[in-house]
Amino acid sequence: MVCIVAEPAFAQKVPGLLTAEGIGVLQLNLGYRCNLACRHCHIGAGPERKEIMSAGTMKQVLDVLKSHPIPLVDITGGSPEMHPDLRELIEECIALGRRVLVRTNGVILLEEPYRSLISFYASKGVEVVVSLPHLDPHVTDRQRGEGVFSRVVEVLKRLNAAGYGQEGSGLVLDLAHNPGGAYMPASQASLESSYKRILRERHAIRFDHLFCLTNMPIGRYREYLKKTDNYAEYMAGLVRAFNPATLDNLMCRTTLSVAWDGTLHDCDFNHILGLPVNHGAPDHISGFDMEKLAHRRIVVGDHCYGCTAGGGSSCRGEIT
Amino acid sequence: MGDYYEKKDLEDFPDIGEYAPELGEKYFAYYGEAMKAGLLTEREKALIALVVATTQRCPYCIDAYTNQCLSLGISREEMMEAQHVGAAMTAGIVLAHTTQMRKIIRKKEM
Repeated sequence: MVCIVAEPAFAQKVPGLLTAEGIGVLQLNLGYRCNLACRHCHIGAGPERKEIMSAGTMKQVLDVLKSHPIPLVDITGGSPEMHPDLRELIEECIALGRRVLVRTNGVILLEEPYRSLISFYASKGVEVVVSLPHLDPHVTDRQRGEGVFSRVVEVLKRLNAAGYGQEGSGLVLDLAHNPGGAYMPASQASLESSYKRILRERHAIRFDHLFCLTNMPIGRYREYLKKTDNYAEYMAGLVRAFNPATLDNLMCRTTLSVAWDGTLHDCDFNHILGLPVNHGAPDHISGFDMEKLAHRRIVVGDHCYGCTAGGGSSCRGEIT
Repeated sequence: MGDYYEKKDLEDFPDIGEYAPELGEKYFAYYGEAMKAGLLTEREKALIALVVATTQRCPYCIDAYTNQCLSLGISREEMMEAQHVGAAMTAGIVLAHTTQMRKIIRKKEM
């Protein structure tokens, strides 16, 4: 477990105990394999990673979904496309009447054998969230790898052509922005309006929403902050920007995150920090207990300042 | 200068209402109104603020608005282009004021 020293400790900022209020989202981390190795990735995903959700764990997940009406399945990784059973998983979730959202780096959808996933996603009504950290190609390429920006643009055009982001199609295309350095994102409304205008004018691309994500001071991003002597200032900035108005809408209050190995976490960040759900709630999908998990006490740490700074941050972006 | 300008001083900015809280409150209310999006976007206002910061040589404001411009996704090229507006304006202000000098020269010289 990584120890993040912040003053005052986050736990002191929370009035009373932070507890869950049901499970509206089941987030599934299918593994750490990825075709990219982005510099901000808190998971440390990359082509060399081997961790992947087993068929047995996936079956346990589906059994939970069959017996509990959790409305949204949020699929992430790594690159979830690299899981061999992704299509089957999506088909089963859709058959159960659930909304399905896939988080993608985008560029993998240009590669074989993943190209056909665009039409598959469209045929199933899957919501797609594509990571696009910056409108400046150089900044995006610096963060995610040479040539990534132009490939994401190409993918967004293909998604648009398949109906995504087009009015009336019902196919939702969202983008995820995160800062390309040691600073916090500005207001989501302001960035969304820049993204919409510039992507439309320069590339004729349309999308639905922009999710602004604050970079968590963990994983590869933490290493970058340390290496560039930005860590202390970044943490101090998060602590100073603590906004109690975010507490009511924190994603951990309605999300349960399932790691590739079936361990349960309050969020994907706790997952990477090795902090499973606790305080009496079962910490593995095999022991899923809706009653206990839906009202569980949330495990907090100083990284939680990342979700509570300024406008707040979640997998769906700003929360205030 | 080191004793006067310290990076951590910027953290004191929210407390400038000390000793005059009502005026401080009014200032921050005004500041907040002036900086939020209106007819001009937040981007445009951040670039104006950045250029004012350098032309007025305020290290605190340079720090705050460089960060704000980065947060808003404004590129380095856009920031630098804005700074050249400030530089050109500053040079222009110097040159425009030579009018006073030239007027005096014309009056004083035979």
